[in-house]
Amino acid sequence: MKYQVVIGLEVHTQLTTNTKIFCGCSTRFGAEPNSQTCPVCLGFPGALPVLNKQVVENAILAGLATNCSITQRNVFARKNYFYPDLPKGYQISQFDLPICQHGHLDIEVDGETKRIGITRIHMEEDAGKLVHADIPGVDDSCVDLNRACTPLLEIVSEPDMRSPDEAIAYLKKLHQIVMYLGICDGNLEEGSFRCDANVSLMPVGSTVFGTRAELKNINSFKFIKQAIEYEIERQAEILDDGGKVIQETRLFDPNTGTTRSMRGKEEAHDYRYFPDPDLVPVLIPDQWIEDVRATLPELPEAKRARYVAELGLPEYDAEVLVSSRELAAYYEETVALFPQAKTVSNWVMGEVSRALNEDNNRSITDCPVTPPLLADLLKLMEKGTISGKIAKTVFDEMYKTGKAPEKIVEEKGLVQVSDTGAIEAMVDEVLKNNPAQVEQYRGGKETVFGFFVGQVMRASKGKANPALVNELLLKKLQS
Amino acid sequence: MKITRSEVEHVARLARLELTDSELDTFTGQMDGILAYVEKLNALDTEGIVPTSHAVPMENAFRPDQPAESIGVEAALANAPLRAESFFRVPKVIE
Repeated sequence: MKYQVVIGLEVHTQLTTNTKIFCGCSTRFGAEPNSQTCPVCLGFPGALPVLNKQVVENAILAGLATNCSITQRNVFARKNYFYPDLPKGYQISQFDLPICQHGHLDIEVDGETKRIGITRIHMEEDAGKLVHADIPGVDDSCVDLNRACTPLLEIVSEPDMRSPDEAIAYLKKLHQIVMYLGICDGNLEEGSFRCDANVSLMPVGSTVFGTRAELKNINSFKFIKQAIEYEIERQAEILDDGGKVIQETRLFDPNTGTTRSMRGKEEAHDYRYFPDPDLVPVLIPDQWIEDVRATLPELPEAKRARYVAELGLPEYDAEVLVSSRELAAYYEETVALFPQAKTVSNWVMGEVSRALNEDNNRSITDCPVTPPLLADLLKLMEKGTISGKIAKTVFDEMYKTGKAPEKIVEEKGLVQVSDTGAIEAMVDEVLKNNPAQVEQYRGGKETVFGFFVGQVMRASKGKANPALVNELLLKKLQS
Repeated sequence: MKITRSEVEHVARLARLELTDSELDTFTGQMDGILAYVEKLNALDTEGIVPTSHAVPMENAFRPDQPAESIGVEAALANAPLRAESFFRVPKVIE
């Protein structure tokens, strides 16, 4: 039997606030276990949580960027369950009144645009971390509560995706947006952007969803695809054998590429939500929403369209340049100083990206050739001071030393030779030394022209003005 | 009956409470009485009234995103029944 997969995704994004959602403890990653804790995040009796205002602003921002409506009366709720990483015995979350609802994102797969609904976005606190520490004599589990109470936005999609590729396209888009907004560092490995996938199968043509499994513990885009693909296979086998898929939570194992049942968490599905009396309602007036809207950066989709329409860039260039906010900023800063959009695009996608890749995937914000330096280099090329080929050499030197291009050109004597007399002498020399080729050319074999150009450029150590070389060669050969 | 014995059993299990048979009987009876009493409220017409989430007439209590001192590892772990280095130590969790 043929099946159609149905996928819904829940993404937990950790916010980049300085402090936790309900207390002033730092959210810095990698500190000594339990060093960033206080009575609130340790769940000591009587401690009172107070909401971090920045979390609300970030949530509104995320909602506006994903076309959601913002809920104006928000209530926090307690989600009750027992687990050793949850000190209070409940997680403070939102239940029936999440801060954002009814949004969507448009994704593109195989050239087709598809709208993926966003059911809701809500604010909540993270749990602590269970560690199986390598401590001699300790076979127990260890708990680090530094992460407890760290602010999260849970972003829940509609079950609108029908293939692993659609799921990945949606996740990448969402990832790009939260990074653009600057509300999440997007680090999948450190768990700043975590994805749970709800996967079910139904017969092709059916409109009734099958029973779903919830896949957890997937910390890379590659693994998400693997986990969903494995799950499709697993469920299809069960259905083919006339069996029934059980609704359960399954853990992805990156070592085997498979998923396995997580028995431990099954019974806890009855969370008995109720409003948290410790936290008063959050009212968001229109003015607050508008104030946050005013801080929305230009999002990748709008940026890409503008690059094509206003700067005349090809779709491909625009797509690559907007892939991160930092790369787009670098590009725009350079274009502002050297307004030839396509030339700058070629350099940013070419030399700049290559150099950064070869340099251990160095970040663009850390590029030694800053936008003003790159613009200066391109100006030298435009003026004809250096050739395009030499410009690449100068770029490499700039990348290594951080020096200004004029200085490198001067120090290394790389100024392009546009002196007709000097080039003419080199041309004469080359023609004199290669009588056989001259004979061929005059006999009608015009392809040897390239050979002459190459010889002259070599003689000039790449510094001869190529246009002049062409011109003089033609003149001499035809005389 | 507003609540059954098996529902009380279920809620007790969720709360990690171990109840004897006689306790189950007692609590089922007591909870049934409480629910029957509260049920009187259903006689009121609450159409169009926003459910009350909080008893205090207050909203928007915020904290600025500024770090405050943490209490330190030693204080955090002072009441822990078991510790291992800087961690709380708990019975092994198998996922």
